[in-house]
Amino acid sequence: MNPALSVIFLTTLIGVGQGLFLALFTQQSYALFELLPHQDARFYGWGSLLALAFTMAGLVASFFHLGRPKRAWRSATQWRTSWLSREVILLPAFMGMLFLYAMSHLSGFNPVLVSLPSGLVIDVTVVLGSLGTLLAFALFVSTGMIYACLHFLREWYSPLTVINFILLGGASGFTLATLYAALFAPTQTNFLDGWAIIITLLGLLGRSSSLWRNARLKPKSSLQTAIGIKHPRIVQTAQGAMGGSFNTREFFHGKSEAFLSTMKTAFFLLTFVVPVLLLVVNLSYPSILLPGVAFVAQYVGLLAERWYFFAEANHPQNLYYQGVS
Amino acid sequence: MTQLALVIDLNVCVGCHACVTSCKEWNTSGAAGPLCDENPYGADPTGTFFNRVQTFEVGQYPDTETVHFPKSCLHCEDPPCVPVCPTGASYKRKEDGIVLVDYDKCIGCKYCAWACPYGAREIDEKQKVMKKCTLCVDRIYDTTLPEADRKPACVMACPTSARLFGDVHDAESVVSKAIRESAGYALMPEWGTHPANHYLPRRKTNLKIHEDELERADNPLKVDGKLPKPNKSDPTLDDVTSW
Ligand code: SF4
Ligand code: SF4
Repeated sequence: MNPALSVIFLTTLIGVGQGLFLALFTQQSYALFELLPHQDARFYGWGSLLALAFTMAGLVASFFHLGRPKRAWRSATQWRTSWLSREVILLPAFMGMLFLYAMSHLSGFNPVLVSLPSGLVIDVTVVLGSLGTLLAFALFVSTGMIYACLHFLREWYSPLTVINFILLGGASGFTLATLYAALFAPTQTNFLDGWAIIITLLGLLGRSSSLWRNARLKPKSSLQTAIGIKHPRIVQTAQGAMGGSFNTREFFHGKSEAFLSTMKTAFFLLTFVVPVLLLVVNLSYPSILLPGVAFVAQYVGLLAERWYFFAEANHPQNLYYQGVS
Repeated sequence: MTQLALVIDLNVCVGCHACVTSCKEWNTSGAAGPLCDENPYGADPTGTFFNRVQTFEVGQYPDTETVHFPKSCLHCEDPPCVPVCPTGASYKRKEDGIVLVDYDKCIGCKYCAWACPYGAREIDEKQKVMKKCTLCVDRIYDTTLPEADRKPACVMACPTSARLFGDVHDAESVVSKAIRESAGYALMPEWGTHPANHYLPRRKTNLKIHEDELERADNPLKVDGKLPKPNKSDPTLDDVTSW
């Protein structure tokens, strides 16, 4: 496929937002069970607004993908069958929850709803945070399923696609949360830093697995099944247009093998190796610079990763566009 | 249930592109607006088409065949392009199985084009909506046209009758008969899309002549045996006639 910048930015930016929110609420959950000190409401509130800013940026990017953005509201109608439609519904719902969660923390409107006999105090932010967590995961799943449900795009047709969206979004969000904590709640840095390292390493595992799987895929379609002629040697001599068409523009990335492998190396280094090294050092020598650089490197790495994700998918329609003479 | 479809006979298609131009002419002039072109007379012309004819060379020289392969939406019975559409702009009609795009609803997200394994959908780069073959839905039901003309424009245009049109669910239709009798097949059956359009394969047209057919069955010479050879002294035809 030909990677579209708008979709690359959409999926990576909302991934950061979802991951950051999950990181904040993970900390709050630990605090709920008194495993970690509860932070100032502003820590959660402003963090959630930061996550909201990332999802908003993603939403803006998504509009550049549409030919007719004014009709975008219609895309919420087919949630029964379309994962894209489900994403269109879940993204604003998640954004709304980010806002409510932030407001509940910042405005101080946080009445206790129930006090469990075990001493657990469930207040409004806990409920909103739990709903937000559900929505964050539902959004990850629907974003991943947009690609994972297309069964002839075999590079994507795998649970690994969804798992990687969750892990890579989570990793970038936790790395950003580490930076955020380093700035505003230094005592929590190591907790978030540790999780960022773990999730990034899991992401490395997930992404390597999908690359390993994709390298071993045997194509199911061939030129023989595409045109139904069973002869081992078929050469295309005309494709119905000489100046290119939507089919040649949308489904081919047009880059060399060398460029592809450069992108692959780049995203491995930037998404996984560099951030993990920096975050590990940050555990013993805390600073703001280290998680800062780690986040920027990881985000840039994810842009390359997402580019590669699209480029590596080989659409069967390409069989019909193999040559002109 | 009706499922309208095309059957394309690769045995007779000569690759003249008459169906392409006829399709473009009809569908760029309708109420749905033009099929936009960009740079039509420039260096890199490109545009929106419902139907394209591609050419493949099969075999190794000197044993090659050139196969012309018209390609358009196959109006799949189980179309993967329809359920993915987030707006409901893409739909399959219950009454005749035609897969259509509602240009007033489409947001141009291109997801359906990704979900079609055949590359049958093309975005209109000017109108920013998805376009594809409509089986000339604005023509086949038009009662102001003479009955014989109520066929897709490509079918009307084909000079070799390589394109047949009809209901593949009706066992007695011309398309069903052609599929049955000439080994019609579907493209990329491995994806379970069940395309309604079918293709007829290349066939060798051999004329088999038996020895006994080389002589006239009613040859009088055969019935009566050969006439006796005239004697050397007998007059020949040349001797008795002067012409
Ligand atoms: S050929 Fe493609 S566009 Fe047409 S119905 Fe089948 S999947 Fe949909
Ligand atoms: S491009 Fe139009 S028809 Fe295709 S999926 Fe998007 S909204 Fe539906």
